[in-house]
Amino acid sequence: MEILILLCVPLAGSMLLAWKGHRTYAPELNAAISILTLVAAAYVTRQVMVDGPKVVFDEQFFIDPLNVFLVTLTAFVATTTALFSRPYMHNEAAHGRLSPRRLRLYHSSYQAFIFTMLLALTANNLGLLWVAMEAATLTTVLLVSLYRTPASLEAAWKYFILCGVGIAQALFGTILLYFAAEKVLGEGGTALLWTHLVMVKGNLEPTILSLAFVFLLVGYGTKVGLVPLHNWLPDAHAEGPTPISAILSGLLLNVALYALLRTKVLVDGALHAPFAGQLMMAFGVLSVVVAAFFLRRQKDIKRLFAYSSIEHMGLMTFAFGMGGPVASFAGLLHMTLHSLTKSAIFFAVGHATQKTGSQLMEHINGLIKTNPTIGWGLLLGSLAILGMPPFGVFASEFLILTTAMHAHAWATPWLLGALGVAFAAIFGKVQPMVFGPAQTQRLPHSPALVPVFLHLSLVLMLGLYIPPALARWYHQAAAMLG
Amino acid sequence: MTAIPLAQQFLNLFAALLLLIAFAMLSQRRVLSLIRLFAWQGAILTLSIADSAWLTHQPHLYYSAVLTFVIKVLILPWLLHRLIRRLNVVWDVETLLNIPTTMLVGIVLVVFAFNLALPIAQLSNTILRNTLGIALASVLLSFMMMITRRKAVPQVIGFLALENGLFLAATSTTYGMPMVVELGVALDVLVGFFIFGIFFFQIRETFDSLDIRHMEKLKED
Amino acid sequence: MKASALAFQLVQSLLVLLLAPLFLGWVDQCRAWLQNRRGAGVWQPYRTLVKLFYKEVVLAHDASPLFRVTPYVLFGCMALTATLVPMVATDLPLAGAVDVIALVGILALARVFLALAAMDVGTAFGSLGARREMLVSFLAEPALLMVFFTAASLSASTSLSTIVTVLTHRGFFLYPSLAFSGVAFLMVLLAENGRIPVDNPETHLELTMIHEAMILEYTGRHLALIEWAQGLKLLAYVGLGLALFFPFGMTESGDWWALPGALLAFILKLIFMGAGLALLETLSAKQRLFRVPEFMGGAFLLAVLAILIHYLLGA
Repeated sequence: MEILILLCVPLAGSMLLAWKGHRTYAPELNAAISILTLVAAAYVTRQVMVDGPKVVFDEQFFIDPLNVFLVTLTAFVATTTALFSRPYMHNEAAHGRLSPRRLRLYHSSYQAFIFTMLLALTANNLGLLWVAMEAATLTTVLLVSLYRTPASLEAAWKYFILCGVGIAQALFGTILLYFAAEKVLGEGGTALLWTHLVMVKGNLEPTILSLAFVFLLVGYGTKVGLVPLHNWLPDAHAEGPTPISAILSGLLLNVALYALLRTKVLVDGALHAPFAGQLMMAFGVLSVVVAAFFLRRQKDIKRLFAYSSIEHMGLMTFAFGMGGPVASFAGLLHMTLHSLTKSAIFFAVGHATQKTGSQLMEHINGLIKTNPTIGWGLLLGSLAILGMPPFGVFASEFLILTTAMHAHAWATPWLLGALGVAFAAIFGKVQPMVFGPAQTQRLPHSPALVPVFLHLSLVLMLGLYIPPALARWYHQAAAMLG
Repeated sequence: MTAIPLAQQFLNLFAALLLLIAFAMLSQRRVLSLIRLFAWQGAILTLSIADSAWLTHQPHLYYSAVLTFVIKVLILPWLLHRLIRRLNVVWDVETLLNIPTTMLVGIVLVVFAFNLALPIAQLSNTILRNTLGIALASVLLSFMMMITRRKAVPQVIGFLALENGLFLAATSTTYGMPMVVELGVALDVLVGFFIFGIFFFQIRETFDSLDIRHMEKLKED
Repeated sequence: MKASALAFQLVQSLLVLLLAPLFLGWVDQCRAWLQNRRGAGVWQPYRTLVKLFYKEVVLAHDASPLFRVTPYVLFGCMALTATLVPMVATDLPLAGAVDVIALVGILALARVFLALAAMDVGTAFGSLGARREMLVSFLAEPALLMVFFTAASLSASTSLSTIVTVLTHRGFFLYPSLAFSGVAFLMVLLAENGRIPVDNPETHLELTMIHEAMILEYTGRHLALIEWAQGLKLLAYVGLGLALFFPFGMTESGDWWALPGALLAFILKLIFMGAGLALLETLSAKQRLFRVPEFMGGAFLLAVLAILIHYLLGA
């Protein structure tokens, strides 16, 4: 029942906004719906913490320690992003960059996107998970092209085609998985239900499952943004409106990785060999290294942080690929921290670009003098994402690297080198933007910086102290991942 | 030569025709003919699914056959026809297409797909298992069609054809996915197609053409 | 048994040699009817042959012996091919002499001689025709081989006689692979015999002609032999197609009682095929020469698909 409410709130919100989304109060309405979703998510979380995992609706949906944590994170970031989007969209509307019709499209798609992600997270049926992932692409593609500039259309087209083709590979992987499961579980609905699959994972045909995983990795990996399937990601992040960049980076990539993790558990169980983990580690290291070197060449600030997302998703993929309680714990922690930090950065970046009217980094400078709060937000966010102590990202990266040193020493120099390169690139580019000589005038309206500092203080807190309840939760989820 | 039931012979024939259509689509320059081929592909897919439903007495396969027929043969081709009329690209011809090379690469892809499908087909016990290689081949061929095309509409037809190939793969290995999933996939395809439609208008409005070559500005320099 | 088989072979060979111009005449006549013309009658090719045999041979000054030998080689090759293809009966004594691959070799031999002879005199048209002929055949030949491979792997033998025997006794079975290779074979047939849409046997238009350009320099009995060989080639191809794809009604060698029936079936099939060929040529337009590689590429593709499908589906 709780899950139904959780899913219905954004769905109903999307319909409501499709009707009323062009009114001036739509941004507030959007934020209110998001807050309702967050409340529902908190309630579900509490239920699970008290009663344990549950399976509902003909077993089609479920909540377990792994996804409840992501559900909460998704609802939380969706809410803060909606809060950030409120002044952002008012400003865009005031400057005539977006017509009321496009605002309606934006708000309706925003809630629909949140709905698809929650659907993907709570779906027990792996086929339904696929449907939700595809629907997540569909709902965001028109958001990427919201400004209708040639570049944004190109980015959206690329996003659509690449993710569409990628996700088609994942469908083939799902079909293969179903084929293997059907031999064990028999025909009918149960053969795609994860809770049933995980119980018989040792009996699944290894050949088929390894082939299925390759297709699933290519498919969902495209959405995670793993190199070499990452081409759509920087374009889509750079050309869409900034709130969308924030939730793409902070949430969609997580959900795609989550889909991959669900299948990895099955493949590991069937194969009794680290095949899936090795593939993920290889893709992970490649993504980290390639993205780090691309960072240096960026001129557009949103592209810069998009590449940083690729780098961090690669790091998480690597951590989950290693497996084991510590690495999975670190991966989950990093997933949380990256979501919070990266969306905070995009909020700050959004305000900065709105002020200068340009996304080119050479046009942004001296933020600390003209708009100290934005400047500090960007600086602290960048330091956090670069893994500076005492921010939490330091802790998770440290855990990942030390585990890698023990278990997979070959990867450590690559990762360390890439992190160093990324540090030099991002810090070198952020520093003049924050401190350099000021040329731009003050922002006419007061920016919504509560979300930025809320996220950053959470990141800081997680670096210093992880609440026992949260830690227990991570341990449970990590144990599920194996 | 052992006697094989007539319905199964027809299944093989349909599979062969699907492969032929995949190649025909790969080499077809005219948009209008592409849409016609796409409709034929849907029709043969429907026949193939209905035939296997009849052979295996699986009632839910009849529903998938009806679903395929309605979406792939009636709705999508009709929408495509409307779309190209509205966009005024009915007589559009793809000029940059090296057919012999494309064909040769296509043949290599078929061989590759067959080898990939072989281990799976051996494990499958459905009557359609031989079709899996063909399904995979048509997926790869549609994929290649999307790569070689420079115009937006043929690319999208390639995308839809790719989905047809996946559908064939699903029926050939497992007699179809659970109904919930099939409905969801069908819904995604339809919504996706509508978004493509919206996109065409946006693209043409901005670039004055549906040529994808205009959209290669975003690159790492 | 041996003697009767030999007699069978003799009957079929004679039949083919004599029937070839008649079949050409039948196709032309059908075409004339379809185009609302009266036509010259089915016996016209015989009249042309007789006329040419009575005419004197004119040779160019720099014609080499090769030029003079070629018509005989050509006629020999085509007569041999037409004799070897099982048309009325299988299991003919000579059938063991060559298999399908050798058959393609014989056809290639004839083509090489013709192309060399066309270039021998050194006129522009000859070289042009030779070049075009080679362009067409370099795509047609692999397609033809692929068609034969499909048939051969269906019957596990490269001997034409065995293939036809196996295919005759298959009962009702849908072979997608055979259907595809049948279409591919038809396309090769059109190309190799210089029919529309690849070439037009009736024009001497320098922009398009292929076969006619090669034999422009020939006169008298040489030309007669080449024309006759051309008729034989068409009949051999049609016979091959019938044997591979419509082998019904064929008898085994030595069975005298079945012979009249088989003969009747063969002639009926020829009549239908001739009419069909004429219809096809009337309905389609001659393609530009640049498009011919695409046409032949299509034939090759179909033939390859046929063999792939045979392995993929086992059908």
